[in-house]
Amino acid sequence: MKKKKSIFLRKLKNNSMSIISVLSTIIGIFFLAWIITVVFKTGFSSFNWSFFTQATKPYGIPDGGIANAILGTLFITFGAAAIGIPPGLLGGIYLSEFGRNSRLGDMIRFSSNVMMGIPSIIVGLFVYTLLVYTTKTFSGFAGSVALAIIMFPVIVRTTEDMLSMVPNQLRESALALGTPRWKTTFSIVFRSAKTGLITGILLSLARVSGETAPLLFTALWSDSWPFNFFTQPTANLTVTITEYATNSPFDEMHAKAWGAALLITIAILCLNITCRTLFKEAKK
Amino acid sequence: MIATEPVINKSKIIVKNLNFFYGQHQALFNNNIEIKENMVTAVIGPSGCGKSTHLRAYNRIFELYREQRAEGEVILDNENILSGSVDILELRRKIGMIFQKPTPFPMSVFDNVAYGLKLHYRLSRSEMAEKVEMGLHRVALWDEVKDKLKAPGMALSGGQQQRLCLARAIAIEPEVLLMDEPTSAIDPVGTLKIENLIEELKENFTIVIVTHNMQQAARVSDYTAFFYEGHIIEYDKTENMFTKPKAKQTEDYITGRFG
Repeated sequence: MKKKKSIFLRKLKNNSMSIISVLSTIIGIFFLAWIITVVFKTGFSSFNWSFFTQATKPYGIPDGGIANAILGTLFITFGAAAIGIPPGLLGGIYLSEFGRNSRLGDMIRFSSNVMMGIPSIIVGLFVYTLLVYTTKTFSGFAGSVALAIIMFPVIVRTTEDMLSMVPNQLRESALALGTPRWKTTFSIVFRSAKTGLITGILLSLARVSGETAPLLFTALWSDSWPFNFFTQPTANLTVTITEYATNSPFDEMHAKAWGAALLITIAILCLNITCRTLFKEAKK
Repeated sequence: MIATEPVINKSKIIVKNLNFFYGQHQALFNNNIEIKENMVTAVIGPSGCGKSTHLRAYNRIFELYREQRAEGEVILDNENILSGSVDILELRRKIGMIFQKPTPFPMSVFDNVAYGLKLHYRLSRSEMAEKVEMGLHRVALWDEVKDKLKAPGMALSGGQQQRLCLARAIAIEPEVLLMDEPTSAIDPVGTLKIENLIEELKENFTIVIVTHNMQQAARVSDYTAFFYEGHIIEYDKTENMFTKPKAKQTEDYITGRFG
């Protein structure tokens, strides 16, 4: 009979592994907490009335806020949502409802996975050559297109995953009632996966609302209000942060960059928390 | 001569040489059967023998899966429903289906029943309410849900959900009801209620029920078909089937020697 393995050694291994994994988690959380505290501490002091109501001022001119950048970011993001969400959802529908086990479906799934891995700066350059170079002007719209391209594969993926979770028997019982295929998808399968789909969309919005690189090549930035969305460079939070933090010698502008950073952090945090709560409810 | 043939024995569905394939795998072999109108036909047999597969050919629900295909003829009212020219939506209005697990749609109790009605009929609001109530009455669910018509269908108990699905199916006035093990996910009380309903519903519908439970088959059906490995081994009146089965395999199965 073989000698039994030592219980002591086994316990030692087990305990040391748990300790290592707990430590790694703590390191991760530590940096997250650090970033959030610093952003809150430094950023919060620049929150005041004019910060949220006035447009940015050119370098060296005091006062001003970042209201135009907030509005610009909202415009660009909504634009991206309007362009990116419909094809994303439809793509996801195709993969889940019609393209299962088909060669075309596999190809689309593969390319959308590849697309998800493309660095956002490449997407920015792509849209630059497509829309900025040809029209000879930076624009918020070009920014929306770039962000939409980044959103698209994320939405395709989550839509497919969420729709695949809907049991086939539900599809069958809708079809067995004489429901046309498209109506089964939109009125039964969609409705049943509703929360999951919303979560996916919000997550993709959270993902793009912090993007800077693609906007540098497309929306650029501006000190004016973003009302010439299609024809002029458009102010937005992330590029404003980049500009103020790196290209400006003025402390006041550094402070505004911190404020903007805090604003984005809060927004994305809220989006993520909404997603998590929604998703938890969907699982029930 | 015609008069001597009892009306109740008229065939509603005639299946001729039905073969069924899952990709390369053949699951049904030359099935021939005549389903009698306004009768309950039970389909029994061991797991994986093709009972459900056979049933799923009647409303072409298998077409949801591209690798599945049926060959042969399933004739409903003189029309081969497997031929391409059939209006599949109208076919499925005529042939309703109840599944193993209750499948209420993600909407209210009322809307669940109204859903099918809206698909096939143009009804005013009051007509709709009337039809929905009637549907729920017919499955003996009205008294249980009349105060929670706006509650989600998922909130009902399993047995109630299954009766809700039944109400949804019969509201659109089909001619045939296919039931694929409708009580296997439901408690005994709920099962009893559904069995009683089957008895009542056969006045208006032709019912085909797949079941694992031989007592159930004996209780509810007029005719029984025994399936084994994709073949219909025996098809007869239920009383004959359970008292003097002709085939050895049928006898072995119903006496519990295998399956």
